[in-house]
Amino acid sequence: MKAYLKLDHIDKSFARGGQVSEVLKDIRLTIDKGEFVSIIGHSGCGKSTLLNLIAGLTKVSAGAVLLEDKEVDSPGPERAVVFQNHSLLPWLTVYENINLAVSKVLGRSKNRAERHDWIMRNLDLVQMAHARDKRPAEISGGMKQRVGIARALAMEPKILLLDEPFGALDALTRAHLQDAVMDIHSRLGSTTIMITHDVDEAVLLSDRIVMMTNGPAATIGEVLHVPLARPRRRIELSSDRTFLRCREAVLKFLYERHRFVETAA
Amino acid sequence: MSIQTIEDTTVKAFPAKPAEVIAFTAKARRRIDPIVIAGKLARALVPPAIVIALMLVVWQIACSSPTASLPPPSQVWNEAYDLIAHPFFNNGPQDIGLAWRVLISLQRVAIGFGLAAVVGVALGALVGQSIWAMRGLDPVFQILRTVPPLAWLPLSLAAFRDSSPSAIFVIFITSIWPIIINTAVGVRNIPEDYRNVSRILRLNQLEFFVKIMVPAAAPYIFTGLRIGIGLSWLAIVAAEMLTGGVGIGFFIWDAWNSSRLPDIIVALAYIGVTGFCLDRLVAAVGAFVTRGTPAK
Repeated sequence: MKAYLKLDHIDKSFARGGQVSEVLKDIRLTIDKGEFVSIIGHSGCGKSTLLNLIAGLTKVSAGAVLLEDKEVDSPGPERAVVFQNHSLLPWLTVYENINLAVSKVLGRSKNRAERHDWIMRNLDLVQMAHARDKRPAEISGGMKQRVGIARALAMEPKILLLDEPFGALDALTRAHLQDAVMDIHSRLGSTTIMITHDVDEAVLLSDRIVMMTNGPAATIGEVLHVPLARPRRRIELSSDRTFLRCREAVLKFLYERHRFVETAA
Repeated sequence: MSIQTIEDTTVKAFPAKPAEVIAFTAKARRRIDPIVIAGKLARALVPPAIVIALMLVVWQIACSSPTASLPPPSQVWNEAYDLIAHPFFNNGPQDIGLAWRVLISLQRVAIGFGLAAVVGVALGALVGQSIWAMRGLDPVFQILRTVPPLAWLPLSLAAFRDSSPSAIFVIFITSIWPIIINTAVGVRNIPEDYRNVSRILRLNQLEFFVKIMVPAAAPYIFTGLRIGIGLSWLAIVAAEMLTGGVGIGFFIWDAWNSSRLPDIIVALAYIGVTGFCLDRLVAAVGAFVTRGTPAK
């Protein structure tokens, strides 16, 4: 099967004041269409940098990101990002935030009424249609993140990039949003890459879990297939042997083989 | 660390006793209560009224002696009654009410300040956005902004050869610096995330400016505009004293030359009230425009 997204021998280093620090080294990964892939690793291992490279927000030092065999090196709406801190524009309402994206990305292919329907459909998808006229400051953190997901989906991306999307949320809200993301993924079949540091979240949501070694010069240590049938239900899974084995495998990787050592730097 | 233990131990959560339901009486919606409003108005108006009354009394006592060089309030009231009571009379080209004169000055301020706002926001955006524009322009701005407004007047008179555009230029050059500097700070403080959003959407320069930069920097821009409008009102009065014409500034100079001190005092009151209103106006527009944007 031909790869949908291919990360081809990617290196990334940052030069600062004459000192070059190597962040990522020789990243090789292929992702199929419709796949849900999580990238997990200790903080500082460069997983957010990797997401930014795929998004095109940062340029690779060597290697290439190939989407459908074409190199991508600048950001674009076909790789929509859901940011950790939602990044909604505070002076626009929920509706206007999504409209900004929709009218820019789909302004040519859809007329006004179609765009309106499309915005409302995406708001319905994340169950936020009721808050369409609220400003970001007036809704909760979980709701903001839902709107952020709706904005990303409304761009009709080929790949959805989630940068620790639930990191700033409390555990219960986080569970709700994980269910929402699973539901959306099953309905739309969107190819998704998610950065996370939560083992349970990675196992619950992903088809594959990419485990990063510690930096500097971090690379992909192991890739774990999660052979759990969908739809997945968190309560049933909490005692499922496969789930627990996957969880154990990731934990062992993170805390035995690549234990995070706090450096003096 | 085995899974077996989970299955062996019986964990059972017992249902808690049904919680008692306490009905809250709905809080009465806030209605417009005349007594509350009257109370608020009284709190806002009574203290300044008392202070003003006290100042008038002190002034009256201090200037009552026949040798006093300045007129007491009673004399101002008597001699300048026409100006106080009829702000809108019009008896020919040089004999018009103070409100007309203020409006003429305001018109000049509107043109000069309007130009300064447009140019200032554009230059500020440039300086905030481009590191090279900042390195090149910032030192120049920092030096020019310390030049007192009236020092520009001879130069602009020489350049424009007419008093009215010169006065407008002085307004422009006085009010533009705080607008540039505040806009630049605001643009530099736009969160990286907003820039990333615009990059993912592939907004072009103009769309980024209109849809992200101006709204994001709006709290800073309005701080600059508010300082700028205050400075322009300071400068117009001084400029008009020197350029002549029919503005409020020239009126003061004219009154001084014909020793009409009470007229000057009335004109000062007009200037103060107008300046206050301008400041509040810009602040109100700013509060309206930046609603929803948290000021940082």
